[in-house]
Amino acid sequence: MNRPRNHRHAEARRWLDYPENVRKIYFSVWIGCAILLLLELMIDKHAETTAEHWFGFHGFFGLIACIALVLAAKLLRRIISRPENYYDHH
Amino acid sequence: MTITELSPGLTLIVGSLLIPLLRGRARSVYLVLLPLLGLVHLAQLSTGEFGVLHFLGLQLVTLRVDRWSMLFGWIFMIAALISAIYALHLRTALQTTAGFAYAGSAIGAVFAGDLMTLFIFWELTAVTSVLLVWAGGTASAYRAGMRYLIVQITSGMLLFFGAVIQFKATGSLAFDHIGLDAPGGWLFFIAFGIKCAFPLLHTWLQDAYPEASEVGTVFLSAFTTKLAIYALARGFSGTELLIPIGAIMTAFPIFFAVIENDLRKVLAYSLNNQLGFMVVGIGIGTELSLNGTAAHAFTHIIYKALLFMSMGAVLYRVGTVKGSELGGLYKSMPLTTVFCIIGAASISGFPLFSGFVSKSMILSAAGQGAYLITWVTLLFASAGVFHHSGIKIPYFGFFGHDSGKRCKEAPVNMLVAMGIAAILCVGIGVMPGPLYAMLPYPVVFEPYTASHVLGQLQLLMFSALAFSILMWTRIYPPELRAVNLDVDWLWRVAFPSAWRYGVGLWESLLASAASVLAAKSANICSLVARHRQADGLLIRSWPTRSMAMWVMVMLLAYLLVYYIGK
Repeated sequence: MNRPRNHRHAEARRWLDYPENVRKIYFSVWIGCAILLLLELMIDKHAETTAEHWFGFHGFFGLIACIALVLAAKLLRRIISRPENYYDHH
Repeated sequence: MTITELSPGLTLIVGSLLIPLLRGRARSVYLVLLPLLGLVHLAQLSTGEFGVLHFLGLQLVTLRVDRWSMLFGWIFMIAALISAIYALHLRTALQTTAGFAYAGSAIGAVFAGDLMTLFIFWELTAVTSVLLVWAGGTASAYRAGMRYLIVQITSGMLLFFGAVIQFKATGSLAFDHIGLDAPGGWLFFIAFGIKCAFPLLHTWLQDAYPEASEVGTVFLSAFTTKLAIYALARGFSGTELLIPIGAIMTAFPIFFAVIENDLRKVLAYSLNNQLGFMVVGIGIGTELSLNGTAAHAFTHIIYKALLFMSMGAVLYRVGTVKGSELGGLYKSMPLTTVFCIIGAASISGFPLFSGFVSKSMILSAAGQGAYLITWVTLLFASAGVFHHSGIKIPYFGFFGHDSGKRCKEAPVNMLVAMGIAAILCVGIGVMPGPLYAMLPYPVVFEPYTASHVLGQLQLLMFSALAFSILMWTRIYPPELRAVNLDVDWLWRVAFPSAWRYGVGLWESLLASAASVLAAKSANICSLVARHRQADGLLIRSWPTRSMAMWVMVMLLAYLLVYYIGK
């Protein structure tokens, strides 16, 4: 196995190392979301369930589902998280 | 008996025995040729039942070829080929020998036409695959392997008892539709359910797979659970109970995956979640949903292997896959990063990637069948799987906070294996036709409608938006060095503790009972002893007059009794 080396010095900075570029990625996600909502106005939807007829259903569902997921998982962590060597002592 | 009457599983099992005899380049060539030979063997097969053996009055069908078994045969053989290429850097033969025997057993099981043949290959997958867990080489891998083996063997024993009950009731060992009401039905259901990682029966998966070697996990991810999916699809299609079970399976693992630090364990949880989609498809039981299950098993094996391969490459080069230790690896491993992203896009079901064309069949089947709660749960799980497998794995592994770790790119053989899997992921996503043509039932389904694509893109893009908001506001839980308890805590800690406590309680009860008894018995002994001493009641010499008086008392008493009795 090849051990990794730590040498952060003397290394060219990559595109992603600049905070302003990371910000560009954030913005592009927001713009992407907006475009997808606009597109929904243009296409002819054929839905299998009633909910799918609501405007932006998939988008808003995904947004709320993911935020709820992460918040619930944070609560779950409080209950089930243990030190890394927990099972070694049992 | 010609080759077309032998199970293709035997090609790999017998072939695997030669691996330890070969060295160096010859072994490498052989490792690639063997699964290719298996593919040729598969191509020679024609539909029907072959290899019928009569044994102790039982009729065993060792080779049943139909659309279900062929589909799983093909994908298992492809997975064996990819895993073998991924393993070419290994100098020892143990893992590849065990891996091929394991793959061969799984293939033998899907071609089994009767329950006894199924049972034999079912147990063979257990004993061969545990070697891959133990190949992890740590003490915890050894213990996880033991737990894994116990669970797998239990599943096999249940299958065996089910087969015996069916044989006694019907006189047939045929492996066809079973259903819960059939004799032994529940035994089969639980046997398949254990291997399929049903909720509460699931922890062997998250326990053992992350402990296996980097190669071992790739082999493991393909066969055991999908063999269980195949068995469920054959035996229990249309069993309504599978719909809620599957829906729960898609949803609960993603909560664990969000807070798990070991990235291979995250993948094990998402494997569990993907199985849930397939189980729902089996439960709905329409041609569309069963096609969806078969297609999803096919695509899932490839993208899951790809994801495990990318994490295996990181483990091989960096020595850890803990999210808290990684980050910034795209600088050192750019190709692995690209392959991981392709796997992540596939599992998330991005249009033009393989997961999209298979998962949307199951979602459509749930939507059309008016299983509304199930449909919403599956949608939630789709968003969730993108969140933890699609974003979290690449983000914490390759991007995120730069850990400063620098290493070499993955070995060439690993890159080739990942490349093949990635090409298949994109190929199936762009051209689902060939896969659809292999499915068990005729396909009347068009994945690329404007509605489907837009709905899925919205779901994914807004999930990404949620991730970006949570990262931006620092609400997203950081990766921490910790273990998270799952239900296996019950038998790893709670039951043993309760047992020890119970034993302790019993022992102290016994001890106090013994001390009370000891005190009492000492009293009795001393009483007995006191009366048997020289001047004790029973030993000392009594005067004659007192004897005469006691005799008189006795005679009087006798007289009294005599008169009363009269």
